[in-house]
Amino acid sequence: MSGPVLEVADLSVRYRTPVGPAYAVDGIGFNLMPRERMGLVGESGSGKSTTVLALMRMIRPPGEISAGHVRLEGRDVLALSEEDLRRTRFARMSLVPQGAMSSLNPVLPIGAQFADLFAAHDIDPDDGHVAGLLSRVGLPPAVAARFPHELSGGMKQRVCIALAIALTPAVILADEPTSALDVVVQKQVLATLGRVQQDIGAAIILIGHDMALMAHFVDRIGVMYAGRLVETGPVKTVFRSPTHPYTKLLIGALPSLTARRAFQGIPGVPPSLTERPPGCPFQTRCPIAEARCRIEAPAPRPVGSDHLVACHLVGPA
Amino acid sequence: MSASKTGRLEARDASVVFRSGFGGRIAKTALRDATLGIGGEKPSIVAVVGESGSGKTTLTHLLLGFRSPTSGTVTYRGVDIAKMTGGERRVFRREVQAVFQDPFEVFNPFYRVDHALFTPLSVFGIARDRNDARAKIETALETVGLRPGETLGKYPHQLSGGQRQRIMIARALLLDPHIILADEPVSMVDASLRSTILQTLLRLKEEAGISLVYVTHDLTTAYQVADTIVVLFAGVIVESGGAEEVINAPRHPYTRALIDAIPSPDPDVPWNLDAIEPGEGGNGIPGTGCPFAPRCPFATMDCARAEPALAEIAPGRHVRCIRPLGGA
Ligand SMILES: Nc1ncnc2c1ncn2[C@@H]1O[C@H](COP(=O)(O)OP(=O)(O)OP(=O)(O)O)[C@@H](O)[C@H]1O
Ligand SMILES: Nc1ncnc2c1ncn2[C@@H]1O[C@H](COP(=O)(O)OP(=O)(O)OP(=O)(O)O)[C@@H](O)[C@H]1O
Ligand SMILES: [Mg+2]
Ligand SMILES: [Mg+2]
Repeated sequence: MSGPVLEVADLSVRYRTPVGPAYAVDGIGFNLMPRERMGLVGESGSGKSTTVLALMRMIRPPGEISAGHVRLEGRDVLALSEEDLRRTRFARMSLVPQGAMSSLNPVLPIGAQFADLFAAHDIDPDDGHVAGLLSRVGLPPAVAARFPHELSGGMKQRVCIALAIALTPAVILADEPTSALDVVVQKQVLATLGRVQQDIGAAIILIGHDMALMAHFVDRIGVMYAGRLVETGPVKTVFRSPTHPYTKLLIGALPSLTARRAFQGIPGVPPSLTERPPGCPFQTRCPIAEARCRIEAPAPRPVGSDHLVACHLVGPA
Repeated sequence: MSASKTGRLEARDASVVFRSGFGGRIAKTALRDATLGIGGEKPSIVAVVGESGSGKTTLTHLLLGFRSPTSGTVTYRGVDIAKMTGGERRVFRREVQAVFQDPFEVFNPFYRVDHALFTPLSVFGIARDRNDARAKIETALETVGLRPGETLGKYPHQLSGGQRQRIMIARALLLDPHIILADEPVSMVDASLRSTILQTLLRLKEEAGISLVYVTHDLTTAYQVADTIVVLFAGVIVESGGAEEVINAPRHPYTRALIDAIPSPDPDVPWNLDAIEPGEGGNGIPGTGCPFAPRCPFATMDCARAEPALAEIAPGRHVRCIRPLGGA
């Protein structure tokens, strides 16, 4: 297949709240090519987790997908019947949720959690299958007999990845799979994810806050702010020449070992998702905002090869 | 104002051994002979760094009194926390606050987050009335960059990971503590917020005299915010000292390896982990003495003989290595 494995267009998700709808994801679009690694970064609360939950159709009331299209291998995900959806999850597109470690069932040994997954998809795996999956993520077979609380954080994280790849999906969505793990385990988990992804030929969307980790893992990166995708492009391009004012400030906020106590947080808070003031969502914190930015919301425009930026004030390179 | 926050928390030669298996025959020493002090006349920020499983969380649980030491002591205001009277314990519980590692586990899913914020205020009778409580809560939420109107009234599952993590920090701040023990408090927030929150914690130390134990796997933020850095490896402190010195002139090979392993945000600089992860088989030096020896690029057979003691090589500067690196 030469076209994208996943096509997302104009996707919007809103949560009903007592003070009106909160637009957590506000019209985002991107394509994911087979075997591609895409990173999703951005402000806490900007809608990264909501986006991947929406792709899986796992948004629960009072939330709803209010607009958009999601095509997975050419099939319209938002139109699938419940039964087809159940068959698609894990098998064609799987999710390692944020806080995955605590999503494991605490009262079931790891092996039984795999058995449940296979049973749900009418698969009768042969004896060595679970051991094989565990070894793929660098865990010994004995882990199958253990309960989640008997494993370290890094081990649980790897179990969640093994579950996500068990049915060889075409797309893996991994939501902060390495937060709070040390650099060695982070690298092991990402190496695992990358190796397995290549073995089974899957594409991946990786959410994370560690920009350095992203820089070394993904091909392309998307930057989210207040429910919108404000910049997307090849990871090297975005790191070398960040173009959206938010991306610039975010990269500028990265701490370094050269200057101590040089805090570079972006002043201010993101806009209310319920009030949705007109114009660009970043205008209130943007150092270069002009009158126009307060009236009109910028749409993503190309500024270079495969590089899109939603800002009125930056032009093509 | 800072003079009023004088509570001091100290662990002295404290060890924690977990027992499991039939009759507790399998013993795992998660922390050994840890000596660490925080708070008192001079507030400070101490960062505790080390790899996964090195004992960081165990150390905070010990300091909070969730685990009693198998040997050694933990004292607050000079009183052994295992032997406190009801009144002393109440003071301890109020003056020493915690931010736990996993924001997905700590919240009760059946209560709105308001509950987690109002409860401590009412337990300790800190707010004059409900309005005062609400005002205090709003201030604390704003301090961590949350909009009170869009945060209060929500259930935990209605908040993002980083929002939950920030509520935990707001909760710790509410009680105007003397000491905060924070276990990976900003692991799920973006770089900008991380910087803002750490800056706030530094300001609280300087202006309000609140001391902080900042547990993290992230050496860069430890360097940014801490006065002192303590490096744990396999349950023991292998190095400690001023942040500037530990980062710019590490004396223990493990600290040096940790610093070298930090990935650069420049995609063209290769990520070099070789220092920490030796190839198959390692260097052939057994870990019978120094536990880091099998992974240490400088190890010799001498290192396998006996575990080195934690030596004070300069005032306030400790290292546990028979041949510390050259410094500068
Ligand atoms: N059930 C819900 N009801 C109302 N608002 C919600 C609900 N779930 C999420 N939100 C809001 O939607 C926004 C987006 O949340 P999301 O979890 O997608 O953020 P995120 O980008 O993944 O953040 P983080 O990096 O902190 O995990 C947040 O402001 C959050 O508070
Ligand atoms: N209840 C327990 N029973 C047995 N062993 C335990 C228990 N709790 C922790 N351990 C072990 O003690 C060691 C230290 O664990 P601890 O949680 O303190 O590590 P950590 O440094 O906080 O790691 P991380 O960075 O992954 O959070 C680990 O080897 C862990 O497996
Ligand atoms: Mg999230
Ligand atoms: Mg821990």
